[in-house]
Amino acid sequence: MLHPMPSFGSFSLLIALALSAYTLFAGTLALFAIAKKRSLAISAEHLLETSRRAGLASFVVISCAAFALIWAAFTNDFSVDYILHHTNRALNPAYKFSALWSGQEGSLLLWAWLLAAYGFVLRLRHKVDVTLSAYASTILAAVQTFFLLLITFATHPFSIVPGGVPPADGFGLNPLLQYPEMVIHPPMLYLGYVGFSVPFAFALGALMMRYPGEKWIHITRRWTMVTWLFLTCGICLGMHWAYAVLGWGGYWGWDPVENASFLPWLTGTAFLHSVMMQEKRGMMKSWNVWLIFITFLLTILGTNLTRSGLVSSVHAFAQSSIGSWFTGFMVLTFAVCLFTFFYQRDHLRAENRLESLVSRESSFLFNNLVLLAACFTVLWGTLFPVLSEYVQGSKVTMGPPFFNRVAIPIGLFLILLTGIGPLLPWRSTSLRAVRRNFVLPCIAILVTAGALMFAGVRPWQDDEPTSGVYALLCFSLGAGVITAIVAEFLRGAAVVRAQTGKHLLASAFLLTRRNTRRYGGYLIHFGVVVMFIGLAGSAFNQSKEVEMGFGDSLQLGSLRIVCQSYSQDSNANYDTDYAILDVSRNGKAITRMTPERRFYTASQQTSTVVAIHSTLARDLYVVFMGRNPQTDRPIIKVFINPLVNWIWIGVGIIVFGTFIALTPPLTPATRRVEFHERSRIGGLPLLKEPLGTLGQAKAAAVESGHA
Amino acid sequence: MPKRLLQLLGVCALAFTMLGAGTPATSFDKIGHQLMCQCGCGQVLLECNHVGCPVSGPMIEELKAQMASGLATGGILGWFVNKYGPVVLAAPIRGGFDNAAWIVPFAVFGLGVVAVLMLARLWRQRHATLASANRHETTAPHISDAFRDRIRQETDLP
Repeated sequence: MLHPMPSFGSFSLLIALALSAYTLFAGTLALFAIAKKRSLAISAEHLLETSRRAGLASFVVISCAAFALIWAAFTNDFSVDYILHHTNRALNPAYKFSALWSGQEGSLLLWAWLLAAYGFVLRLRHKVDVTLSAYASTILAAVQTFFLLLITFATHPFSIVPGGVPPADGFGLNPLLQYPEMVIHPPMLYLGYVGFSVPFAFALGALMMRYPGEKWIHITRRWTMVTWLFLTCGICLGMHWAYAVLGWGGYWGWDPVENASFLPWLTGTAFLHSVMMQEKRGMMKSWNVWLIFITFLLTILGTNLTRSGLVSSVHAFAQSSIGSWFTGFMVLTFAVCLFTFFYQRDHLRAENRLESLVSRESSFLFNNLVLLAACFTVLWGTLFPVLSEYVQGSKVTMGPPFFNRVAIPIGLFLILLTGIGPLLPWRSTSLRAVRRNFVLPCIAILVTAGALMFAGVRPWQDDEPTSGVYALLCFSLGAGVITAIVAEFLRGAAVVRAQTGKHLLASAFLLTRRNTRRYGGYLIHFGVVVMFIGLAGSAFNQSKEVEMGFGDSLQLGSLRIVCQSYSQDSNANYDTDYAILDVSRNGKAITRMTPERRFYTASQQTSTVVAIHSTLARDLYVVFMGRNPQTDRPIIKVFINPLVNWIWIGVGIIVFGTFIALTPPLTPATRRVEFHERSRIGGLPLLKEPLGTLGQAKAAAVESGHA
Repeated sequence: MPKRLLQLLGVCALAFTMLGAGTPATSFDKIGHQLMCQCGCGQVLLECNHVGCPVSGPMIEELKAQMASGLATGGILGWFVNKYGPVVLAAPIRGGFDNAAWIVPFAVFGLGVVAVLMLARLWRQRHATLASANRHETTAPHISDAFRDRIRQETDLP
């Protein structure tokens, strides 16, 4: 029996593998010849160009393979084993598209496709720096070759069902994945994961070729920030999916798969900060190179954890033998990084010097320490069960109690640094500047703590005070950091207003446009703090679970929920049971909620569709948990989750801030200034131009924290 | 005297952590959150949201029975470990190698802090050495705090 589309996909993968291998081989040969000044039968430059073009073509060919799989999903080609197991005829078209990444084989194909897409853009933009781009392209080709080998020989997405005769219908998509966010969450996460390959390739390439100066950082800055943004969005969309679909009232369960995505985010964030030290002061060159190496290795480790069955997780892919492939790849990558580092380590020699312990540089050191400590803690907690089994012969569980107790104090320290760091200037600071910058935030911290205690937040009176204490600390520190950020904006805006005569808001806007990177960064910090405030709200969660018949009611906090009726619905894909609940406060109707429970016919699985009523203060979260098997009465679980909306708002601010930071500034951030040493007013040199940096003024402006 | 003060602080800390620990509802909630449901959902026992879960219901009944028998928290947890194995605990609290789970992250963080401080001190010393060497070579004009503030004031760089 002929299977044209699966055959087309399979051949596309084989051609893509050949092209990637050629990109790697030809690129390596040409770069070696250039580095050693050896001549080849054809010129190294021409060979490099063929390598680049093969890399470009590989994207087109992998796109064909991805298209073949999507086509098979849309045409219900159940002769393809993967399509049989992840779709069915009645499946919504959007979810048929998402079937591409809902299983092991398809998601690895997505990985290779996105990697090829990144490589495509990189190779198109090779004129930024031809040689460095050639190194990066060759390194990316190595990663791509690995994934294509894996897809072609270990997890082939176009395998035909045994016997080749397709069943009438597929087994359906996992009900938990039939949710709108699942159409965008995995691609976002993968764009983040895969994207770190690009700064990794540039860093390794720059080290291999002994790239002079810090230009490679400028080239990769946008790549890194965009990748970081994708990963942030991916993680947060995953949180929202878990919150809206899984029905347990939470958004983060410290599951190994969640942790796997969080690890590269932490090191990537550390890299984005510490790389500024190299850009501004030429410091921490080796550290930055290793940070990006580790971030890349952690993306591979995360993929390994999710797919190898090394640690147990509810939403890991099926256990398979591909763990050894990833382990081998990680070992090889680490060996290459280590060898290159030692071989070229003199190139990374930096004049690390610190003028003052109270400076932006030292705050970056601590920022990196805290982020890496958080990364280590999460990694340790994720892998400890494996270690325990090895040492003690018995597996243990590392659940939320462990992570909450160990990671939250580190998180609080991070908030503190989020506030302190940007207020400290580069190089050194004066006592007066410290006083000026820190008085207001300190007052805000104390006033917030006092106001909260006055309002009744007194955790020491609770049975379990720890989470309440953490929340109180988080709110207070958050208020301090927000005050510091607002004060920074206002201070800068006041200066612009004095120069331009515009009103304060327009001045703040102009200020942000003039220095998008700095003020975009502030907005990101603001978003992170808003998010932390939302996370701290979980210390005050309430929940109640009851069997509710018609007309029954329950009271939770100030809210009264009355069951009006239950109903049923059906379509080709699933049958639905849903409850109709009226919510009121003090006799005043607030909303009507309809939590659902669905039964999917193809997969014979059930899932919940949570009803959520959100306000800025709290979420009312209602789950229809099904019927009690003994009494057949419906069970409703209600949660009041304070401040959850702040998390999603915080994410929005982070995204907005990142866009601002990525936008080119309106005017150059530095301008020429002339000193008139002889013309002095009150003992100070007169600045001919109000804005500027040259000579000493440049040093002073940089010291003032210009990022 | 300092020893007595330490003892007093220790008693206060203990009293603080024991506040409200005696109420049965609190204990049930507390112990229930230290155990994992064994149905494979990976959730804390009292948060397992599977209706008709064949495991969490009986486990909750077992917890109630153990509490009714008057066992202390440690005894109840031990009973569950004997029956289900150490994976039933939501966090490793059996002592021995389990302690490493708690100690290592803080130890690494502590070592990191020491390392960063030492590094900062080293870099500061290097700067002082280089600065004094430069002073002998050139006489750079002094930039006062007032001058820095003036620049800050006249630029949009806070």
